[in-house]
Amino acid sequence: MMSLQTAMLVGLLAPLVVALLTPFLAVRHVWRDAAGPIGGVITFIAALEVAMAVLDGQTPRLFVAQIAEGLAIEFAVTPLGAIFGLVASGLWILAALYTVGYMRGNHEKYQTRFAAFYAVAVHAAMAVAWSGNLLVLFIFYEILTFSTYPLVTHKESAVARNAGRLYMSILVGTSVVLLLPAVVWVWFSTGTLDFRPGGYLAGQIDPAMAPILLGLFAFGVGKAALMPIHRWLPAAMVAPTPVSALLHAVAVVKAGVFTILTVVVYVFGIDFLAETGAADWLVWLAAFTILASSMVAITKDDIKARLAYSTISQLSYIILGAAIASSIAVQGATLHIVMHAAGKITLFFCAGAIYVQAHLTKISELDGQGREMPWVFAAFFIGALSIIGIPPLGGSWSKFMLMVGAVEAGYLLILGVLGLSSLLNIYYLLEPVSRGFFRPKVKTVEVTSHPLVVIPPVLTAILSLLLFFYVDFFAALAKLMVIS
Amino acid sequence: MGAAIITNLPALLVVVPLLLAPVSALLPSAHLAWMLTLIGAGSSFIAALMLQSITETGVRISYHLGNWEPPWGIEFVVDSATSLTLVVMTGLGFLATLAARRLVASEINDKDSGKFYAAWMLVSGGLFGLVLTADAFNLFVFLEISALSSVILIGMGAGTDRRALVAGYHYLVIGAVGATFYVIGVGFIYAMTGTLNMGDMAARIPEAGGNAVLYVGFGFMVAGMLVKAAIFPVHIWLPAAYSYAPSAVSTLLAAIATKAALYVLARILFTIFGGVPEIVDIAVTNVIVPLAIGGIFVGTIMAIYEADIKKMFAHSSVAQIGYIALGLGLATPAGISAGFIHIGNHALIKGGIFMAIGGFVAALGARASLDNITGIGRRMPLTATAFLICGLSLAGLPLTAGFISKLYLVRAILETESYLILALVLISSALSVVYLWKIMEVMWMQPAPVRSPKLVENPAIYLPLWIVAFGNIWFGIDASWLVAAARFASTALLGGGA
Repeated sequence: MMSLQTAMLVGLLAPLVVALLTPFLAVRHVWRDAAGPIGGVITFIAALEVAMAVLDGQTPRLFVAQIAEGLAIEFAVTPLGAIFGLVASGLWILAALYTVGYMRGNHEKYQTRFAAFYAVAVHAAMAVAWSGNLLVLFIFYEILTFSTYPLVTHKESAVARNAGRLYMSILVGTSVVLLLPAVVWVWFSTGTLDFRPGGYLAGQIDPAMAPILLGLFAFGVGKAALMPIHRWLPAAMVAPTPVSALLHAVAVVKAGVFTILTVVVYVFGIDFLAETGAADWLVWLAAFTILASSMVAITKDDIKARLAYSTISQLSYIILGAAIASSIAVQGATLHIVMHAAGKITLFFCAGAIYVQAHLTKISELDGQGREMPWVFAAFFIGALSIIGIPPLGGSWSKFMLMVGAVEAGYLLILGVLGLSSLLNIYYLLEPVSRGFFRPKVKTVEVTSHPLVVIPPVLTAILSLLLFFYVDFFAALAKLMVIS
Repeated sequence: MGAAIITNLPALLVVVPLLLAPVSALLPSAHLAWMLTLIGAGSSFIAALMLQSITETGVRISYHLGNWEPPWGIEFVVDSATSLTLVVMTGLGFLATLAARRLVASEINDKDSGKFYAAWMLVSGGLFGLVLTADAFNLFVFLEISALSSVILIGMGAGTDRRALVAGYHYLVIGAVGATFYVIGVGFIYAMTGTLNMGDMAARIPEAGGNAVLYVGFGFMVAGMLVKAAIFPVHIWLPAAYSYAPSAVSTLLAAIATKAALYVLARILFTIFGGVPEIVDIAVTNVIVPLAIGGIFVGTIMAIYEADIKKMFAHSSVAQIGYIALGLGLATPAGISAGFIHIGNHALIKGGIFMAIGGFVAALGARASLDNITGIGRRMPLTATAFLICGLSLAGLPLTAGFISKLYLVRAILETESYLILALVLISSALSVVYLWKIMEVMWMQPAPVRSPKLVENPAIYLPLWIVAFGNIWFGIDASWLVAAARFASTALLGGGA
C-alpha cells in the first residue's frame, strides 16, 4: 500500500488533476467522462487508507508551505476529517457517473467546463476535510465557494445569474465579515490556529466572550445554512442536479457543518462549551431552524426546493449536536454527516432522474409515475426513510444518538423538537413516494430510459441500508473525536 | 569601482533616471527610448534589491550628497522602511516599463514617444528621491519633479481622449496646493527648529513642547501629504487622472506614485514627529483613521456604480489607499506593518489590473466599459485570466497576496480593540467583491457582442502581466519575506531618528 503521505497527496491532488486534465481530455467525450469516476475511485482509496491510519490512532500530516511566521499551509487529518473525506470522495464516484448520464441525457452545454469545476470543488472539499489548521480550512472553504459559482450559474440565464449573485453575496459576505475575524480572533488570543483534541480556548478567552466568538463562527459559516442565512441554498438549486446532489447535499453544506463541528470539538473544546453554557443559544436557534425549515419545505411543490429546505433542517441537526456539546451528541452529529449525505444524495439523484427521464419537476405532477420509474421511486423511498430516521436504515443511528445526547444534557424540550421534526419529515418526504405509487396518473409523459441516472440512486439507497448494519467503522472514528 | 557603486547606490537610484531622461527625449525612435528606459528601470530595481539586502535586518545607511555633512548638505537615508518601499516601487516600475512598449505604441504618437519616456523616467527618479531624502525641503523639490512630470504623462492621454487634459490640469492644481501646504508646514518647523534635516528636526521637536507653531507646521505638512497620497476627501484628482491617462501611465502611477506619498506620510508622523506622540495621536485618531474609512467606503461604492472599467479601478484605488492609511493610522507596530504589507501587495494588484485593462483597450481600440467587454473572458483568455487573478487578489481571496494584507490588517485592528473599525473594514471588504464580480459576470457569463471582431492578445502585454499575476499568487503563499520586511520597516519607522 501507499505510504500515508503519498495517500494524502493522492487524495488531495487526484481531483485537481482530473480538473486540469478535463479540458485536454475533452477531445473525446468518453475520456473526459471517464476521468471523473476514475478520479473518484483513486481519491476514495486514498481516503480509505488515511481513515484506517486515523482509526489506528495516528494523525496523518502533510506540510505544504510556510506562509509566514505562525501561519502554515498544513494538512493533518482528524477523525472528523477522515470521515468527511471518505464521504466526499466515496460519493463523488457515484456522482461522477451520474453526472455523465444527467448531462448527456439533458444535452447540457459547456459539459467540459462543468466537469472541470466539479472536480475543483471536490478537491476543495477534500482539502477542507483534511485541513490541519483554521487558516487552511478558511482558505479552502473560500475556494469551495468560488469553484461552485460557475456550476450554480451554469445555465447562464438571468435566473441563474441572480441565484449566483445571492449565492456569492451570502457565502462570501458572511465568511469575510464574520468568519475571517473569528479566525483572526483565535489566532490573536491563542497564538495558534491548530486543531487539538479537547480544544484549547479554555483559559485563553473570556468565557463571557465565548458566545460571541461562537456566534461569529456559526453565522460566518454560511455553508451550514443556519437560519437566517439559509437563503443561498434554495437559490443554488437552479444548478444542474448533479451539483445539487453532490455539492449542495454533501460537499458544500457538509463543509459548513464540518467547520462548526471542528471548531466546537478541536478549538473551543466541548468541555469548555458545556461548562460555560456558551453554546446554549445555538441549541435553540438550531432547533428553530429544524422546525421552521420543515414547515417551509411542506409548502414547496418543486421537488428540489423541498429537498433544499429539508437539507437546511437536517444540517441544523448537526449544528444542534455540536451546540449541545456532550460527547454522545457530538458523535451523533458526526454520524449524521455520513447518514444524511447518503440519504440526501439519493433523493437528489432521484429528483434529477425524474427530470431527465420524464421532465417532471413538481411533486403534484408525480401522481402515478411510480409505476413508470419503479427503481427511482423505490430508491427515493429508502433515502427518505433513512433521513426520517427509521430502522433498519443508517439515519436511525444518528438521530437516536442526538436524542440521547439531548436528554443527557438536560434539554428535554429538544427531544420534543426532534420528535415533531421526524413527523414533519415523514409527511413531506414520503408525499412524493405515496403520490407516485398510490395516486392515479394526472399527466401522461414519455419516459425515456437512461440507466446512468438510475443506477447511482439505487446504489446510494443500498448504501443507506448497509450503513445501518456496518456503522461500527464510522462510530469508532466518531468516538475517537471526543477522547482526548 | 564595484565598491564605489555600492556606496553610492542611494544617489545613483535618483541620478540615473534623471540623467537618462533628457537622453531619451533626444532619441530618434520609440523603440530605442523604451530600451533605454527599461535598462534604467531594471538597474533601479537591482539597486533597490541590493539596498534591501543590506538594510533588511535593521542596518541604516546615511548618504551625504556631495560629501557635504548634514545639516548643511542633503542627506539620503536608507533603512528597512525605505528599502522595502523602494523595492516595491522599482520592481513594479520595471514591470510597468516592460509592458509599456506595446501599450505606448498603441496610444502615443511615435514622435512623442521619446519625450514620453523622458517624463516617465523623471517621474520615477522624482519618486525615488522622495522616498530616499532625509531633507524636508529637498523632499519638496522631488515632490515637484514627480508631480510636474506626472502631469505631462497624464496629459499625453489626450491623443485618445481629450478629457485627459482636464484631468492633468486638475492634478496640477490640486497637487500644487498639496505641495504648497507641505512646504508651508516645513517653513514653520524650520522657523522653530532651525534645521531642514529630518533627523535634526526629530531631535529638536520634543524640546519645543506644546508650541502652537509646532501644531500648525505639523498640520500643514500632514495635510499636504494627504492630498498627494489621495486620501479622502482630497482624493478627487485621482479617479480622473488614473482613468484618462494612457494605460501605461495608469499602471505606473497606480503601482508607485501614491505609495511614495504614503511612505512620506508615515515618515512625517512617526519619524519627524515621533518624539511628540501626543500630537501624532490627535492626528491619527481624529483625522487619518476616520478619513481612511471614509475613503474606503466612498471608493468602494463609487466603484460599484461605475461602468467604465478604468475609472472603476481608479475608485477602487482610493479605497485601497484607505486601507493602507488605516493601517498606518493605527500607529501600532502591527498596524504600520499591515500598512506596509498592503503597500507592496496593492502595488502588485493594481499594477496587474491596469496592465490588463491596457491590454483590453489595446485590443478593443476603445475605452473598456461594462458594455464592450462582454464575453471577453473567452475572447482574450490569457489577459482575462491574469486580470481575474489580480482581481481575486484585490478581493482578498485566500492564497493571493490580497488575503495576506487583509489577515494582518484585521489582526492589527483586533489588537487595538476598535471593533467598530473592524466591522467597517470587513463590510467594505465584502462590498469590494461586488464590483469585482460585476465585471467577472460580464466577462465570462455574457456572450460577446454580435459581429464583434476577433481580438488579438499581445505577448508584450500579457507576459509582464502574468509575471505580476504570478506574483500575486506567490506572495499569497509565501509571504514570509514581505511580512518580515514590513515588521522591520515598522520598527525602523517607530525607532525614531531619520
